[in-house]
Amino acid sequence: MTLEAIARSVRSKVVRMAHFGKTPHVGSALSCVDLLVGLYFDRLNVDPEQPAHPRRDRFILSKGHGCMALYATLAERGFFPEAVLEEYARDGGRLAEHPGPHCVPGVELATGSLGHGLSVGAGLALAAKISGQDYRTFVLLSDGECEEGSIWEAALFAPARNLDNLTVIIDYNKWSAMDRTHQRLAPLGRKWEAFGWDTIEIDGHDMTSVTGALALSGNPTAIIAHTVKGKGVSFMEDDLEWHYRPPTKADLERALAEIGAAEAKREIKVEVMA
Amino acid sequence: MRNAFIRGLTALAAKDPSVVFLTADLGFKLFDDFAARFPGRFMNVGVAEANMIGVAAGLALGGYRPFVYSIVPFATLRCFEQIRNDVCYNKVPVTVVGVGGGFAYGPNGPTHHATEDIAVMRSLPNLTVVCPGDPVEAELAVMAIGEQQGPTYLRLGRAGDPVVHTTKPDFCLGKAITLQRGSDCSLISTGGMLPVAMEAAELLRGEISCQVVSMHTVKPLDGIALRDCCRETQAIFTLEEHSLTGGFGSAVGEWLAGHRMQTPLHSFGSRDSFLHVSGSQDYLREASGISARQIAQTIRLRMSETALA
Repeated sequence: MTLEAIARSVRSKVVRMAHFGKTPHVGSALSCVDLLVGLYFDRLNVDPEQPAHPRRDRFILSKGHGCMALYATLAERGFFPEAVLEEYARDGGRLAEHPGPHCVPGVELATGSLGHGLSVGAGLALAAKISGQDYRTFVLLSDGECEEGSIWEAALFAPARNLDNLTVIIDYNKWSAMDRTHQRLAPLGRKWEAFGWDTIEIDGHDMTSVTGALALSGNPTAIIAHTVKGKGVSFMEDDLEWHYRPPTKADLERALAEIGAAEAKREIKVEVMA
Repeated sequence: MRNAFIRGLTALAAKDPSVVFLTADLGFKLFDDFAARFPGRFMNVGVAEANMIGVAAGLALGGYRPFVYSIVPFATLRCFEQIRNDVCYNKVPVTVVGVGGGFAYGPNGPTHHATEDIAVMRSLPNLTVVCPGDPVEAELAVMAIGEQQGPTYLRLGRAGDPVVHTTKPDFCLGKAITLQRGSDCSLISTGGMLPVAMEAAELLRGEISCQVVSMHTVKPLDGIALRDCCRETQAIFTLEEHSLTGGFGSAVGEWLAGHRMQTPLHSFGSRDSFLHVSGSQDYLREASGISARQIAQTIRLRMSETALA
């Protein structure tokens, strides 16, 4: 399967989870699917059979509200059976709307409150440095999250400690929970650059650009990934409504049809625990 | 307590190569020996406490045992959510060390006073809350923390706190130390109020027989020691250099109510207000009504009421 086809499969899982879980944040999850697929299917040195291997690369989803994309990608990569996704946002299920600590294999850190992941990622990168290990740490931030002061504490810290084994990816979809972000953040790339990061701006939905940027190393690296909130479903794209609204059954069918003919043919699962 | 902590940490670091120390730019020259002895395991991470806690959580996930250090309000309140989420929720072995419990930084004013930290820190799941009573306990506490897994808060006093223990006590986290047996009332102190408790008991000698207990671990509380105090004495007095709202006295009150104990409780601590006067630690204790003399006087009063009742 091509990375693009994998991304379609992950997107179809995401919209299913949002529908059956009746949860918000589908737009935030769709926005970062291609970044996660690039990480888990091209870049990260991870083994689903040994999810706690000490030499594995580390990934932290600092924008915890995008976790449908993470859960779906981990399932797609084989960290746990696809059926586990049906526990998403269900009473008694393992998969909350923000990932809990080690809720499923592959989740490295509980997140949900914005502005935490980059410092923890810097700590993991520092641990690798002082112990002489060669794993790399990747942290995915939302753009709105870049308004948290703690992000800039970490942004100062990593270059000062020469953490060339750390990559931050910013899912720059130009929306926070209530408003446009870019008027408040721009020029975002120059800010990271000024803090001492090797900064690259890419189309966060173009797989060649994504994998190319993820391959960079040598300095603390910041990837400003220009993305579209709700990417892959036309009526969700760049529409803040989908930060809040769960897809109805009709929305789901339309979304699946758009995501890909192959995926649409798969029977829509009935609610298992309803 | 501060120097005792550094002694303890140095001994622990010699024993356990995973111990690393992070400071948010505080402790000028204090850690020079530690840094020289353990290169790469001492880091000044700069004036950025939230980042320091997150970095410590990451180091812990990477196999290390970080101790992070600042003055109490900056080490706890400033970065409280990082402690809650990154450390306690993810349950990683990070020890947050706050220096300057209570009014130890007296003349610095309320920004530097530590009068809410016990209340908020004991509300965090998975967190052990340790407030040593003197330098001897502080040094032993570091070694005991090294033996356990999980998040810990260690609340220190300052440099030059009085030494109370004349011999090395048996120190276990969660197990209070009884320094003096008595039959009338129990003085249970946490943190740097231990010498004050001893002094108050001394002032009452011949009048009121006081049991003196150092409850160096506020969470988990030592229920066995509390039960013993209820059984052996007529009243419990708690002593803390901290707000009466939600602190150690509150914790003991919750325990007594939860266990249906009838023993009367009176808590000594600071009032629910900021102090708008400058002053030394001793001056501010007096201003808060928690000097040994004031405590002894209140105990006399309360005990006479108890006798009448």
